[in-house]
Amino acid sequence: MTESTLSQPEKGIVSLTPDELETPPLSLGQLTWRRFRRHKMAIFGSVFLLLIVIYAFGGMLVFSEAYANRTETGARLQAPSREHPFGTDTIGRDILARTIYGGQISILIGLTAMLVELILGVSIGALAGYFGGKLDSLLMRFTEGVLVIPQIFLLLVMARYFAQSIPNVNFLGRTFSGSVLVIIFVIGITSWPYLARIVRAQFLSVKENDFILAARATGTSTRDIIFRHILPNSTAPIIVSATLSVAAAITLEAYISFLGLGVRPPTATWGNMLEGAYNYVESAWWLWFFPGLLIALIVLSINFLGDGLRDALDPHSRAI
Amino acid sequence: MDSERLLEVNNLRTRFHIAEGTVYAVNGVSFGINEGETIAVVGESGCGKSVTMLSILGLIPIPPGEIASGEALYQGRDLLKLNDSELEQMRGKDIAMIFQDPMTALNPVLSIGRQLGEPLRVHLGIKKQAIRQRSIELLEQVGIPDPAHRLSEYPHQFSGGQRQRAMIAMSLACFPSILIADEPTTALDVTIQAQIVELIQRFREQMNMAVIWITHDLGVVADIAERVLVMYAGFIVEEALVDDLYEDPRHPYTQALLAALPRIDRRRDRRLRSIPGAPPNLLVEPKGCPFAARCELVFDRCREEMPPLIQIASNHHQAACWIDVTTGKKR
Repeated sequence: MTESTLSQPEKGIVSLTPDELETPPLSLGQLTWRRFRRHKMAIFGSVFLLLIVIYAFGGMLVFSEAYANRTETGARLQAPSREHPFGTDTIGRDILARTIYGGQISILIGLTAMLVELILGVSIGALAGYFGGKLDSLLMRFTEGVLVIPQIFLLLVMARYFAQSIPNVNFLGRTFSGSVLVIIFVIGITSWPYLARIVRAQFLSVKENDFILAARATGTSTRDIIFRHILPNSTAPIIVSATLSVAAAITLEAYISFLGLGVRPPTATWGNMLEGAYNYVESAWWLWFFPGLLIALIVLSINFLGDGLRDALDPHSRAI
Repeated sequence: MDSERLLEVNNLRTRFHIAEGTVYAVNGVSFGINEGETIAVVGESGCGKSVTMLSILGLIPIPPGEIASGEALYQGRDLLKLNDSELEQMRGKDIAMIFQDPMTALNPVLSIGRQLGEPLRVHLGIKKQAIRQRSIELLEQVGIPDPAHRLSEYPHQFSGGQRQRAMIAMSLACFPSILIADEPTTALDVTIQAQIVELIQRFREQMNMAVIWITHDLGVVADIAERVLVMYAGFIVEEALVDDLYEDPRHPYTQALLAALPRIDRRRDRRLRSIPGAPPNLLVEPKGCPFAARCELVFDRCREEMPPLIQIASNHHQAACWIDVTTGKKR
């Protein structure tokens, strides 16, 4: 490359390619990663999150689901031992195995509920923010309508209402109680209003930029303006909000299941494992300690991760 | 002459309905442009230059905007009557526009290549590889070194002048027959300004493209335009060939504007002339001549009736004034 350009003086000033001058400039992704890795708690959170995921999904290889759901009345409420490291529950199921399979469900619920929330929140927020006017008023009044109903109340009513309506499903080689789908759906459709408001605010401010006018002046269609121009400018708050909503969904699932309206046994979740523990808070601490610890850890890790992402994705942050 | 007009705008009126009332932004503007011609639209900030152009391209948000009347005939079609998808097909392909501030006119989160490829993708429907090839050519033509490498860079990695070059490349990607340049040099250094002007001139010649140059810099106008439209408070007050306008301005506003220009041959200790008063409040429906309040030659009729834009000298020299400024006689 250099040889040929240098031997052509008639081309005018010899131009050096950038990689000869310096290292190429950092891409947006690289900048984000540099900021993220300086955030100690975020790294800590990510590592922990990874470990929990490995625990929940790697554990499958050690214990079968049948083992996790097997009742052994002779071994009820056993304290942690060599045979049952986390002890056994009220009907003699192994708590270690149940935290593994329960973790899968909890994580799955967190992620898919986030996905439902994302689809609803982004589309409603984007439509309201981009088109404005009557559509905006209509959608925002609806959003506020959903917001004024306490989420827990809405969740419990819907969970109860839909509880029996969905049959069991097969996914990832496992059979789930239909109540898992109900919980995902219910959490998703009660959580989107916050995200919709964030997205709307983003759209309202981004659409006023000159580059949107410039894009329209080159003939870009409305659909492309929304999805190719405004949405990429709004990813940072959406990613942060989505991350945090995974943690929120896990907590909500635990809450509903704890009240007995969530995922039905024998399918384990960290939440419904706590349900049975309520009457044994003092006498059998291992019933609530392990699932409770896992919930606390995963929520904490996700929140740290979200914090780190918030700082790393902020284009105004100049720290590298 | 009218038959060969590429774009013909007649009696365009644009208003904005806002909380404080109605803004009368453009009040019956008519002009035309021929193939390959360069016209300049001059006037102070807020006189309706940009709104006129945005109205033609259908880029005025409605509401609050409203096109109250008028037509914009391009190749026999009235642009003001097109629907959204017809407008999208026209924008960037037939009529392209470049904006004042290259710092804000490029999307910060999309690479230059993706933005440059946008009009190609939308209008020419060509494949990825062809888009890339064409994008490299375009960047090269506007004078950005190492274009293949720079396609993957983001706007913040480009300097102001380079961004404006990239914007020009984007707007010229589909060989438009009209380029609207909305003060493309105002945000740039003087040395870069000259380069950008030259660049657009070169493309105009190569592509036989018509250029509508919006500016408030009368110095630039003399270099580039063949004809000049002078706008004031949403009206065109004078239209003339560039030399006629400088040598023989026929509207009191144009005269005052030219008198206010700093000149290199004038004594330095003399204060610059200014036009007393301020432009009219656009929230009031215009009645009479908009310049009446600041005009030295004003008489009763000026406040009552807007003078029409009429031909007052050879070469289609037109002005809208009740007084013939050369003789001082009323018309």
